[in-house]
Amino acid sequence: MPEITILKRPRTEAVVTQRKFFKKTARGKVIKVLRERYLRDDVSCGIEGCRECETSNLSLPASGDKQHSAYPNGHFILPDTNVFLSQMDLVESTLFNPPIILLQTVLEEVRHRSLPLYNRLKALTKMDEKKIWVFYNEYRSETAIVREEGETPNDRNDRGIRKATAWYNSHLQLTRPPIRGQPSQLPTVVLMTEDAANRRKAEKSSIGATSVRQYVEGMKDASQLLDLLAAEGTNDIEPTKAVAGRQALYPEYLPTAVLAAGVKAGELHQGHFNANQYNYLEGSVSVPAYKKPVLLIGRENMNRVVDGDIVVVEVFPESEWKAPADEVVDQDSTLKNDDAEESADEADAEGNEVLVKESKLLSSEKRSSERQPTGRVVGIIKRNWRAYVCHIDSTSLTSSNATSLSQQTVFATPVSRLLPRIRIRTRQAPSLIGQKILVTIDRWDVTSRYPEGHFVRALGKVESKEAEQESLLLEFDVPYRPFGKAILDCLPKEGEQWVVPPKSATSPEWRDREDLREMIICSIDPPGCQDIDDALHARPLPNGNIEAGVHIADVSHFVHSDTPMDSEAASRGTTVYLVDKRIDMLPSLLGTNLCSLRPFVERLAFSAIWEMTPDAEIVNVRFTKSVIASKAAFTYEEAQIRKDDPHRQDELTTSIRLLNTLAQKLKAKRMAAGALNLASPEVKIHLDSAESSDPIDVEQKEMRETNSLVEEFMLLANISVARKIEETFPQTAVLRRHLPPPKTNFEKLQDILMKRKGMKLDVSSSGALAASLDQCVDPQEPAFNTLVRIMATRCMLSAEYFCSGSVGKDTFGHYGLASPIYTHFTSPIRRYADVLAHRQLSAAIGYTPLHPSLHSKPHVERVLDVVNRRHRMAQMAGRASVEFYVGLALKGRGEREKQVSGSAGTVTEEAFVIRTFRNGVGVFVSKLGIEGLVMFKRDMQFDAENYTITVGETTIAVFDKVTVRIEVEKDKNTQRGRVKMSLVHPIDSSGM
Amino acid sequence: MTSSTIITNNSHARIVEFVSTLFAQHLAYTGMASRVEILNEGGFRSDGRRQFELRSINIDLSQQGHADGSASISHGLTHVLVSVFGPREAKNRSQTIHDRANLNVELSIAAFSTGDRRKRSRGDKRVMEVAGAIKSTFEPVIQTSLYPRSQIDIFVQVIQQDGGVLQACINATTLALISAGIPMVDFVCAISGGVHSTNPFLDLTLIEESDVPNLTIAVMPKTQKVSLVTMETRLHVDRYEEIFRLAIDAGLIIHEEMKAAVLARSKTLMTCIDLGTHGGEEME
Repeated sequence: MPEITILKRPRTEAVVTQRKFFKKTARGKVIKVLRERYLRDDVSCGIEGCRECETSNLSLPASGDKQHSAYPNGHFILPDTNVFLSQMDLVESTLFNPPIILLQTVLEEVRHRSLPLYNRLKALTKMDEKKIWVFYNEYRSETAIVREEGETPNDRNDRGIRKATAWYNSHLQLTRPPIRGQPSQLPTVVLMTEDAANRRKAEKSSIGATSVRQYVEGMKDASQLLDLLAAEGTNDIEPTKAVAGRQALYPEYLPTAVLAAGVKAGELHQGHFNANQYNYLEGSVSVPAYKKPVLLIGRENMNRVVDGDIVVVEVFPESEWKAPADEVVDQDSTLKNDDAEESADEADAEGNEVLVKESKLLSSEKRSSERQPTGRVVGIIKRNWRAYVCHIDSTSLTSSNATSLSQQTVFATPVSRLLPRIRIRTRQAPSLIGQKILVTIDRWDVTSRYPEGHFVRALGKVESKEAEQESLLLEFDVPYRPFGKAILDCLPKEGEQWVVPPKSATSPEWRDREDLREMIICSIDPPGCQDIDDALHARPLPNGNIEAGVHIADVSHFVHSDTPMDSEAASRGTTVYLVDKRIDMLPSLLGTNLCSLRPFVERLAFSAIWEMTPDAEIVNVRFTKSVIASKAAFTYEEAQIRKDDPHRQDELTTSIRLLNTLAQKLKAKRMAAGALNLASPEVKIHLDSAESSDPIDVEQKEMRETNSLVEEFMLLANISVARKIEETFPQTAVLRRHLPPPKTNFEKLQDILMKRKGMKLDVSSSGALAASLDQCVDPQEPAFNTLVRIMATRCMLSAEYFCSGSVGKDTFGHYGLASPIYTHFTSPIRRYADVLAHRQLSAAIGYTPLHPSLHSKPHVERVLDVVNRRHRMAQMAGRASVEFYVGLALKGRGEREKQVSGSAGTVTEEAFVIRTFRNGVGVFVSKLGIEGLVMFKRDMQFDAENYTITVGETTIAVFDKVTVRIEVEKDKNTQRGRVKMSLVHPIDSSGM
Repeated sequence: MTSSTIITNNSHARIVEFVSTLFAQHLAYTGMASRVEILNEGGFRSDGRRQFELRSINIDLSQQGHADGSASISHGLTHVLVSVFGPREAKNRSQTIHDRANLNVELSIAAFSTGDRRKRSRGDKRVMEVAGAIKSTFEPVIQTSLYPRSQIDIFVQVIQQDGGVLQACINATTLALISAGIPMVDFVCAISGGVHSTNPFLDLTLIEESDVPNLTIAVMPKTQKVSLVTMETRLHVDRYEEIFRLAIDAGLIIHEEMKAAVLARSKTLMTCIDLGTHGGEEME
């Protein structure tokens, strides 16, 4: 049983033991604080062999360190706070290990000034190599001091440190009385401080004091350690300030009326804010008035905007325009010592350090490339804040104790690089470490460097599949809740048992439907496809022409306008495909069963049937509702093998061959018209098995002839349907377009190609672009052409749905497909726009009347806005999911290699350089379809004109082929795994 | 907290729900508490005590006003004053109980007792709750059946708060009842305890109360029966028993202190009486 005692505090001690002071909170409330402390005599000095104090095995050696030239009798050093604040690197060095007495006063001051530094210091005290003893001087009766009137907290602490030093020296003397006949061998305790005033005062009261430099110069390994010293004089340590009024860090926004008037008058400009993912101090806003986006440089000019906000910017006069920086500036590394606690001196002492660092970053760049409009944010039209998936930054925690219920202010680092860190207050910070959490931003005050938010909920352990998956869905705003009862009630009552009723004149299903059940129809899809929404057939006609048909699942038969299922589908917009999960737009009964055109089952369909000449000229087209029974469901591969097998002469195979010949002709025509053959990095993830879903490996998707077959007929169907519905409903037809990209988008790529490869890119039209892309071939590098195509694709705009009455007829065109008109018709199970097109087509052929909502332009516009957004998000979510699995696969591959070879578990791959920075290169690993960044710790010789960076003797340029080592490393603070790349060839960058 | 079993209430004794951490609420808002280490590596708490060291206790049993019995106690900076009136005739008949005395506990918390000045009315929920806790703690301890149809008034005033308000209230009430000469079965000695990580410790200050899971127990030293346990925070079930037993032991230590104070007071009174009688004789 532990001994329980009552500590008696005599009244006379009250002056030293009790403290009362008033404190003003951030909200301006005044609070009285009462504290007491119990002074004691059993606080151990921590020096071995001390007669009076209890010592443990952690104690400092009895005679201190005798290796320093200035202290032959041995010494201990007692550092002041500023030593740790400015010379932490030195203290952390393995060569620097004299016995250190760390005062509680110092420890607390470090904690108050910078939590990250405090956490580093705490880690040091626990290390075996370091000899550090923490002396709780504030609790020892001889060394405890009280702040005197008029004394600053800093002076008080300095005095406390001096007093403790003096006490130590006398304590050593008392506990080791001189033995007669032997010269005194007393070690000394030396005060180490960077503060000259403190040193002077110490020497006045005859306490040995030294500066860090002076001390290190006398050490054994002086030459090595001197390098670690922070430059002298540059770090003027300001005294800790008492509570001061908080300063505004950002300018206030202009009033809304001024903004509106300014935008109207053309003085201010409105647009979406896009953060720069490589440099957190830069962002841009695209505004209609300028061809190039308006550049925002620095925190102050970005003025508290978050990616996605709609903002109003003021553009500076042209003389102040700048070019974007060519440097990678990482928020995490620049701000790693920033403190989460919302302290009053954010704008002062520690704030300055960050600001100095940042302004250095901003000014040091020799911005070489072209200048573009530059400005600052003066107001916000609309915040687009949502919930962000974040990790807790463990260094910002004040207490990582699991039972602690105290409220802490911590940083939540968003997964997305585009977002600033968010400051949140929580009582459960320790348990949230290593978890993915959801955080929303509440506000961002002018006085606060970071936005403030709150914790919403935890998603689960980092790197657990469920958490990653859910965080992906949340991050891209994908609605993933299961379908509600009202929605499921809209399904046919028969459920799984639903079948096409037997043909009869009275059955509503058969009304005006063509019976195509005898037709040789098949479907070709990727392996494992469950929602088959298209099937094809082709047969020769007696007149020598060919009949080809595309049969699309008749979703509009099941999903009627103005039902709960319809509105849910409209708000979901699209089915989202992740590597290991599909988030359906429609309940799976429809998607994978009733609407899915499975083989050997009768299904309702919407058919487009062409009569074509053998040269693939369309003679006529008709659309009809039908009933089909697919004869086979092939994968691309199966269909290909069947087509290529000369022994097979059955009807199914011949029809595939017929389709293929037509498709090739269609494609040739399309290409001749100027369609682009674009490329995007697509990879496939091999999953181990359905249950574990551990990725085995990554490979690039293969493209077969049959892929193109299906694609051509789908395009044909879409174009034909687009013509039909536009003709019938000129005001409200649901169409899809791809605007030609502005020429300026290509400028950079053209320049790079010209300078690096001597190639020209003609962007005058899609046809010219297609032709010149075909010319961009490097005979040695087959992958080079793909890379150029990927880069060209990135310069283009994205395709979008629109309502035909909302835009001019001359802008209907689809740039990439070189088609004057286009829509989406062929995947109604997974895209909502197709459902609308189905309804319109059905009305156009007089099968059903058109629902009044589809006659209303504003309604269609509204629905398509949502669908467009969802479509974009779904694409990004899918890509992010692939990226996550590529990461997992890399890790798996690395581990396997480790087992086999015993070497470090890394993966090396070939990559192309796609961007160069002052301090790094951006690379693209085509085999894995991922992009990465190789960072160098210091600036290299950089030539922005020629897109090269010279490291040592080697010059790396854009489009160069390099070999990179890819590792998945866990961020120490946030526990999130991230892909880290370093160069292996032509130079090894691991040490740089 | 990872465990699935978590105690919020335990049936060791009569449980009184009591929102102790509410006292600490204002402190957490200011974020002050978060900069203080609850238990540092040297084994010291934020005020220089070690785990099992209780704060300084000061007991004053001198007469206050015309109360029948009064006591003021301070645990560190927490200071509570209790005056007891009675047993006396109940003021209104509705409150009289035919076979025992009625306990009437009224608690007032001084506006200046907390960090932020805040006046609390007598109808305040928290105030009612603490008063209720005190009342139900003492009902079985006071031999109320000796005084049927009468009333005992206990007026509790919290002068200053720094954690452990309930414990101070109960201890002061015990002493005031004793000084009023009201027959009780035993002393009631209360103490708070908490757990930081896996380390239990006793007699929490305000900073500690707002940070760690904590409980207050009141123990009757003679029988070692527990007459009150309250816990408002969540505590791991494995830690509960340890801190519970520790708090009982601490209650016994406090009992020693309280007994000494009562004896000292009695001695002073006795000497005064002796002096009075002797002095009187000599005068004659």
